[in-house]
Amino acid sequence: MSLLSVQGLCVARGGLRTVEGVSFTLDAGQALILRGPNGIGKTTLLRTVAGLQPPVAGRIKMDDDAVAYAAHADGLKGALSVAENLAFWAQVFGGGDVAGAMAAMGLASLSDRPAAALSAGQKRRLGLARLLVARRPLWVLDEPTVSLDAASVGRFADMVRGHLAQGGAALIATHIDLGLDARVLDLTPFRAKPSPDAQPAGFNEAFA
Amino acid sequence: MIALLRRDLTLAVRAGGGFGLGVAFFLILCALVPFGVGPDTTALQPIAPGILWLGALLACLLSLDRIFALDHEDGSLDLLATSPLPLEGAVAVKALAHWITTGLPLILAAPLFGILLHLPGQAIPPLLVSLLLGTPALSMLGAFGAAITVGLRRGGLLLSLLVLPLYIPTLIFGTEMIRRGQEGGATATPLLFLAGITAGTLAVIPFAAAAALRVNLR
Repeated sequence: MSLLSVQGLCVARGGLRTVEGVSFTLDAGQALILRGPNGIGKTTLLRTVAGLQPPVAGRIKMDDDAVAYAAHADGLKGALSVAENLAFWAQVFGGGDVAGAMAAMGLASLSDRPAAALSAGQKRRLGLARLLVARRPLWVLDEPTVSLDAASVGRFADMVRGHLAQGGAALIATHIDLGLDARVLDLTPFRAKPSPDAQPAGFNEAFA
Repeated sequence: MIALLRRDLTLAVRAGGGFGLGVAFFLILCALVPFGVGPDTTALQPIAPGILWLGALLACLLSLDRIFALDHEDGSLDLLATSPLPLEGAVAVKALAHWITTGLPLILAAPLFGILLHLPGQAIPPLLVSLLLGTPALSMLGAFGAAITVGLRRGGLLLSLLVLPLYIPTLIFGTEMIRRGQEGGATATPLLFLAGITAGTLAVIPFAAAAALRVNLR
């Protein structure tokens, strides 16, 4: 039984189709790396898989509430401390080991620091630590290593490996080599062909 | 949901959260009116109910855009949408947090501001009851407006234009209730209308606002 199965997926950004005909499956313990030039629709594809926008065509099959999504914005509140930020998401997602997650991303010594006082890399690490407390089987990650240093990238790769070893799966859009044993899907061949269908659907798009 | 409420309240109370700004605005507005129209009881008393409700309305409006805009900027809204929490529940909780941080302090401070405007003592209970019943509707309708304008930069003005007309029924029955209380008349009719409007918004708005948020998140 695969955690995620995508068939003939077509996604659109701002009403314009970006990629079409994308199919893949992710089983427990597998990771899939998405590649492709800027603007091909990696982020849009990930947002569609995460359920934030509906697909134009195709099917996405997975369990309800399976996705933990992490994108460019980390969802942190500057006025809350590191531990408070994590504890909030742990509560919303139904429990999770806050102290363990902070230790895994090397944030234990910063736990009382307000998130506003963190550096960009530290914020990112906090955003990634949230994945651990969310305890969801499928991680959907959009450029997770932005502003991370080499040591933190290594730590993050270890975290993903641990997640896969526990029967999770990960769908990652990234351009750097994480050293994971993962398949790579290049989206370039799936670029949507210009056609009347590829044009914006206009006002009614909001109500589609 | 409790976690979300607690977080929103914590954020409002901490630095930069804007807790108490609404009351301060309300105070200034009520203090300015006697300067504008003169301090005579005969001039102030007839307009006091209207001023009090307008002040509450505008004070409420001040903090509306914060309901969803900040969460949208830092990505929390995306994460909330993918969380097990239903978006309708999140909307209701965030509107409740807005009411606790804005509406509730207004209600507590209103009797004092009523005295500033020479409101007779017998009108104070209707003032409190009308605000207590009416301000939840202000927060709910505001949450709907905030959900519609969430993706827009500088959406604050548009938000005001969208939301203020929706506040008219609450304003009418709220002031009518205080006015009748002032004259010693029966206040049951405006009270029931006010309660009805609030109950209606509580029932409908979470669904409408969540639908608007889903469209805006695409």
